[in-house]
Amino acid sequence: MSKDVLILAETTGDKLALVSSELSGIGRKLADDLGGDLVAIILGPEGTKELSKGLISLGVDKVVVGELDIFDGYTNSFYLQGIDAAVNEFSPHTFLVANTSIGRDIAPRIAFRHDASYAHDCTELSYEDGKLCAVRPIWGGSAISHVKSKTENLSIASLRAKALPMADIIEGREGDLVELNFSMESGETQMSFLEAKKVQSEGVRLEDAEIVVSGGRGLGGAENFSHLEELGKVLKAAVGASRAAVDAGWVPTQMQVGQTGKIVSPNLYIAVGISGAMQHMVGAGPSKNIVAINTDADAPIFQRARYGIVGDYKKIIPALTEKFEELLQN
Amino acid sequence: MNIIVCIKQVQDPDIPPRDFKVDEEKMQILPPANVSPVISTFDENAVEEAIALKEEHGGKVTVITVGSEDCKDSLKKCLAMGCDDAILLNDSCFENSDAFGIARILAATIKKVGEFDIILCGRLSSDWGFGTTGLALAEALGLPSVGQLQKITVEGTELVCERALEDGVEVVKVKTPCLLTVSNEINTPRLPSVKGILMASRKQLPIWKITDIDIDESKIGNSANTLELTKLYKPVFTGNCEFIEDESLEEAAKKLAMRLREDKII
Repeated sequence: MSKDVLILAETTGDKLALVSSELSGIGRKLADDLGGDLVAIILGPEGTKELSKGLISLGVDKVVVGELDIFDGYTNSFYLQGIDAAVNEFSPHTFLVANTSIGRDIAPRIAFRHDASYAHDCTELSYEDGKLCAVRPIWGGSAISHVKSKTENLSIASLRAKALPMADIIEGREGDLVELNFSMESGETQMSFLEAKKVQSEGVRLEDAEIVVSGGRGLGGAENFSHLEELGKVLKAAVGASRAAVDAGWVPTQMQVGQTGKIVSPNLYIAVGISGAMQHMVGAGPSKNIVAINTDADAPIFQRARYGIVGDYKKIIPALTEKFEELLQN
Repeated sequence: MNIIVCIKQVQDPDIPPRDFKVDEEKMQILPPANVSPVISTFDENAVEEAIALKEEHGGKVTVITVGSEDCKDSLKKCLAMGCDDAILLNDSCFENSDAFGIARILAATIKKVGEFDIILCGRLSSDWGFGTTGLALAEALGLPSVGQLQKITVEGTELVCERALEDGVEVVKVKTPCLLTVSNEINTPRLPSVKGILMASRKQLPIWKITDIDIDESKIGNSANTLELTKLYKPVFTGNCEFIEDESLEEAAKKLAMRLREDKII
């Protein structure tokens, strides 16, 4: 085993995904602690190589690029083979992925294959006696667990989005670029990628929004989300929802904020008719300022809020929208 | 179409936060009084999907869990929902196994159960949430896996699977046999019918011990775990919420808007 830290970089469109920067930040720190290199693997179609400079400027020492058509679109079997080849070749001490639909789909299989330890959805990572230690919120955030790897083999962790800062960009930093040494296993593949469909949300993306307005069970119906959309329009905010609203079929799943939905970190999060269940707060918790509007003064959301109004949102939201409109015109 | 579903019985994740208690010394979550354990949320979606696939394409659904004798309750519920067979894996040497150990026990069990087309699992448990058991099971059995599905369509011996992504959907075709994981997007689990409950109560529920399966005992249980728990506690939140009040809710709303402006939040 080397002293290197390997990260799985991800892309969005033809750019590096933000999680790649978060992974680079913590990966750099961990590699320095071990006295090893930070190695990034990146898989994609032709042209992916162009992103290696960006990774190096984020603190990566060596970028391993797998440029193949089979990596154009994610399939578990191809990615697994590609990443496994890199794990075998570089024999890292630690392998970090982001807790994304790719990272969490790959890491458990690599871990089982290598008798590795695997800590999922971590918010902090460090070493103690050369062993990877992780902080993991569990039970939908109701409890916090600290775990420590006890294996002599590889240690793997997935990192929760927005839990750790992005890496600083150092222009002109130098590093190596190597091609992934990999050949597809012979034989017919059991899996094929058909297509990816983006669900276009109107306006601002939840994860990128500076202001998020979210609705929950307390809204009482799909049609009532229009109140939030109007408020959202005035504030140039993204509109989100709690699991209860998604499960009720009022809004699509891509709007869900929470442990199994999106993690958001806006400057302002306005929670309307949301009780504040732990699993929701996993997603809304990183927000800098939370405003809660709820009829139940005992709702747990108020324990996390900076400002709150107890009452019927149907009276509050239109007045709030009108006042914001007035204030923002000036 | 023969389907195997793997479930986990957990403490009810929807209890109010004040009833959620942790013994920090023993590093254990304390079960709340008078609240029955439940099938882990996404595992129940897996059970529903298996039954729906069976209803459309025929075949048989076998549900498996590893756990204490209490887990019979969850297996009975699966039978009442419409699963055909259930097996409980219960042995003191299975206790405290991590997700990899559980995956090994499930793999050995499934090898004995025999032929299947699909294994369905929830993508993440509601309690410790490692999201690992299903995918590790695929690895243990050398099966292809497609994770986080919101839709499964059968096309002969192939399945068209829609993966729910952060900002869209990804469509992947996979050959059976394979392992699929699902979460809440895929369906709404049915409630067991009265007839189903009666039928389930009459069904035999076999309990398998370590001697019933072919497994290396050194690879399961606490000693095989690759992580150790070093600390467990409840997070504390300060709760400094300032409640804004006025003559009417409309006035309070205006005051809130002004306050957010003063604070330069908007």
